[in-house]
Amino acid sequence: MSSDATTIDQVDSHDDHDDHNHPPSRFLDRWLFTTNHKDIGTLYLTFSLTMFLVGGAMAMVIRAELFMPGLQLVRPEFFNQMTTMHALVMIFGAVMPGWVGFANWMVPMMIGAPDMALPRMNNWSFWILPFAFLMLLSTLFMASGGPAGGWTMYPPLVLQTGTSFAFVVFAIHMMGISSIMGAINIIATILNMRAPGMNLMRMPLFVWTWLITAFLLIAVMPVLAGAVTMLLTDHFFGTSFFNAAGGGDPVMFQHIFWFFGHPEVYIMILPAFGVVSEILPTFSRKPLFGYGSMVYATCAIAFLSFIVWAHHMFTVGMPLQGELFFMYATMLISVPTGVKVFNWVSTMWQGSMTFETPMLFAIAFVILFTIGGLSGLMLAITAADFQYHDTYFVVAHFHYVLVPGSVFAMMAATYYWIPKWSGNMYSEKWGKIHFWLSAIFVNVLFFPQHYLGLAGMPRRIPDYSPQFADFNMISSIGGFAFGLTQLLFVGVIIHCIFKSKVKATDRVWEGARGLEWTLSSPPPYHSFTIPPVVDHNLVRHAE
Amino acid sequence: MKKENTVIVSLAVLAAVIAATWLLLVAPGLTGNEINMPRGVSSLSIGHYELHMAVLWICAIIGILVFSAMFISIFLHRKSRGHVAAKFSHSTTAEIIWTIIPVLILVGMAIPATTALIEMEDSSGSEMTVKITGFQWRWKYDYLDEDITIISSLDAESNAARQLDSGIDVNSVEHYLLNVDHPLVLPVGKKIKFLITADDVIHAWWVPALGWKRDAIPGFINEAWVNIDEPGTYRGQCAELCGRDHGFMPIVVIALPQDEYDVWVSQQLAGNTEQQEDAARLWTRQELMDHGKTVYETSCSSCHQLDGKGLMPAFPALAGSTIATGPIEDHINIVMNGKPGTAMVAWRNQLSDSDIASALTYTRNAFGNETGDVVQPITIADIKRQATELRTAP
Repeated sequence: MSSDATTIDQVDSHDDHDDHNHPPSRFLDRWLFTTNHKDIGTLYLTFSLTMFLVGGAMAMVIRAELFMPGLQLVRPEFFNQMTTMHALVMIFGAVMPGWVGFANWMVPMMIGAPDMALPRMNNWSFWILPFAFLMLLSTLFMASGGPAGGWTMYPPLVLQTGTSFAFVVFAIHMMGISSIMGAINIIATILNMRAPGMNLMRMPLFVWTWLITAFLLIAVMPVLAGAVTMLLTDHFFGTSFFNAAGGGDPVMFQHIFWFFGHPEVYIMILPAFGVVSEILPTFSRKPLFGYGSMVYATCAIAFLSFIVWAHHMFTVGMPLQGELFFMYATMLISVPTGVKVFNWVSTMWQGSMTFETPMLFAIAFVILFTIGGLSGLMLAITAADFQYHDTYFVVAHFHYVLVPGSVFAMMAATYYWIPKWSGNMYSEKWGKIHFWLSAIFVNVLFFPQHYLGLAGMPRRIPDYSPQFADFNMISSIGGFAFGLTQLLFVGVIIHCIFKSKVKATDRVWEGARGLEWTLSSPPPYHSFTIPPVVDHNLVRHAE
Repeated sequence: MKKENTVIVSLAVLAAVIAATWLLLVAPGLTGNEINMPRGVSSLSIGHYELHMAVLWICAIIGILVFSAMFISIFLHRKSRGHVAAKFSHSTTAEIIWTIIPVLILVGMAIPATTALIEMEDSSGSEMTVKITGFQWRWKYDYLDEDITIISSLDAESNAARQLDSGIDVNSVEHYLLNVDHPLVLPVGKKIKFLITADDVIHAWWVPALGWKRDAIPGFINEAWVNIDEPGTYRGQCAELCGRDHGFMPIVVIALPQDEYDVWVSQQLAGNTEQQEDAARLWTRQELMDHGKTVYETSCSSCHQLDGKGLMPAFPALAGSTIATGPIEDHINIVMNGKPGTAMVAWRNQLSDSDIASALTYTRNAFGNETGDVVQPITIADIKRQATELRTAP
């Protein structure tokens, strides 16, 4: 074993200056041709943050138009383009690449590997993303306008998009290829490159949740690719996959789409579960409660995510038996999700808690994600869903699980690991200001939308009856404030990386456990060139 | 000093939690706005409302329990209070308990949920049937037991006010965006079956007071039913994104006692004969132009604009266009059958023969399109008949 390692070192050192643990000095070598997991992770995270701001700007247009009843700013077709693009950009541009970025940075460091298993593919899977999004966003400037049929792209409506539709489909194909390659890389890394002693049931939960997420990605991204390809041929080549007049079936698209779409929502939230399961024990100074059941609950959620898709389409007119099956299966998801929440609370229970910014975001995640989960349980009740479906109640529900859910978990992860990445401490004061403003305004933004939906406001409308005016105005004010607050986040990150004078220790947090904290801050360019030996005390869930 | 800080922090957190709860849960109810699902006026809507309330309370109680445990822990088990972390890390008993209890709660919820669903999906024993067809962007109602057809569009006043920069205060418009020109009229106390479909893209028919929504899908016929308890006017909207004017295709249901409903039916039937006679005669150019202007303004102008200049890139101008000033057959064809792949819909089933003929005449002679052409309602009727014969030919 050790003689092998020496041999490899000797061979490489002839022509590979990477061995000296320094990044390449030239800009293009460092960023465009990089095969380093940390640099690619940084690229992913920068891209994700950029898309978060772009998608957020679109949300600002939406909330500005909805500030008052009547059309003041944009025409309905542009409003529809904004809602469609906001979703596509946030899902495929901000949340998914964001989690891949965290995986790139952290998975090798958490399992004791030098880098990802497939570094060149890693480079490619990132670098097709900017082109995919350039293509997607360019449709807004085309003669036929951007896609305006909703991110769910239901035919026949979406087939009324003009020629720009081809660009949308091709962009989605490229995002899918990127995601699949990222997922293959993560699976290959986790299964092959763990340090001695890091057996599966010792892996940090972030690694576990990403492993399962990666399998979900490989399973469903091709399904989406197939669905949009059929739309493409229906639009441009005269096929009738989804055209009833030609013998096709418009509802079939919805089944295919949601077979992708439901696992997709877990793709966005499972890594968040992992991050929170890292942060809560650290700041509670206590092992994660029920590590094994957390792993099994994640697997159960992943399995159930494949058999609940039609709860997104209770109103299409399914047979009673189908509706009952999907209702029961959907209700079942709340059992493993509940186990997770109870385990998190038990982790905090009897701990010795401190409340640094990552902990604050993690606690807010547990509370607000649970609110989103409970409204999800309400939506599972089919007969009641006949009222909730396609209203702002649904908008409130999925934003609660995505914004104070996924996005808060990403913010928690950023504050948690950025001292490790940069070697500098962020400003705790500004981090806390960012947290409190975010936590307050995210509720001002989304909580009133529950009321709007129950009172009868449909989603995806540019204008509304004056009876909905008050809560829309409150929601818009919350939206603007939440949006502005995120500029603070950018400021805190820039300050931490480039300006902060406070050096981070290797362990950074008093209660931190895991391999990543045994590396220096910032870590060496190649994380573990010599595999560490993992013993019980290194991992937090010591048996 | 340390202890005082803890007390101050704890009080502040407690005050914040109470304030947040009050702001989020109590204050909205005091604003006079509707914040909950309506009970509605049918057995189905009341059932769905009660189900909603039951699940809402269960969720609220679960939430309160979980969050209380968290806040107690945050209050008691903090390092600043000198709390030392315990060492426990798992408990199979606890895991089993918090797996089984939720399962039992779910079973308790599933029973009424199943009953409600079975009732909703049973449209047998209905006493009358209305076919609902969704169009971009209006609704058509065919009373299958009577010879009555209603085409229901956003009312003119809302339509004027909702244009970008209309300068009209929408608060001054009665039932802004929730009013139509021709409402759906239904009797109370009768089990009414709906057959729901669409002509172009997917829509969803939703009146909250009736308790459900159902998608209107081209090529599919969905079933749903209602038995309205109380006379009144009930408003709703399209609930599935269906293009640019998705937000502007409301639904109004007027529920009448049976005797008043019967009077309404006989009035409609009398009106039918009048309309048929009207469509069979030759119209003067002025009549066509006057009626055409009205039709154009309600049905065409949201895309092609009042001045006929369109809104490029998506909506072409009619003023001087090759269609509106070119061969009349092409013009009739595109208006009747729409243009696939664009927002131009097929108007054949949405507008009457007189409406189509008038709109054609108007657009061929307005906006400086001085073609001098006149299209008669009987011409449209002939074309429709020929198309039907072609389709049904052996």
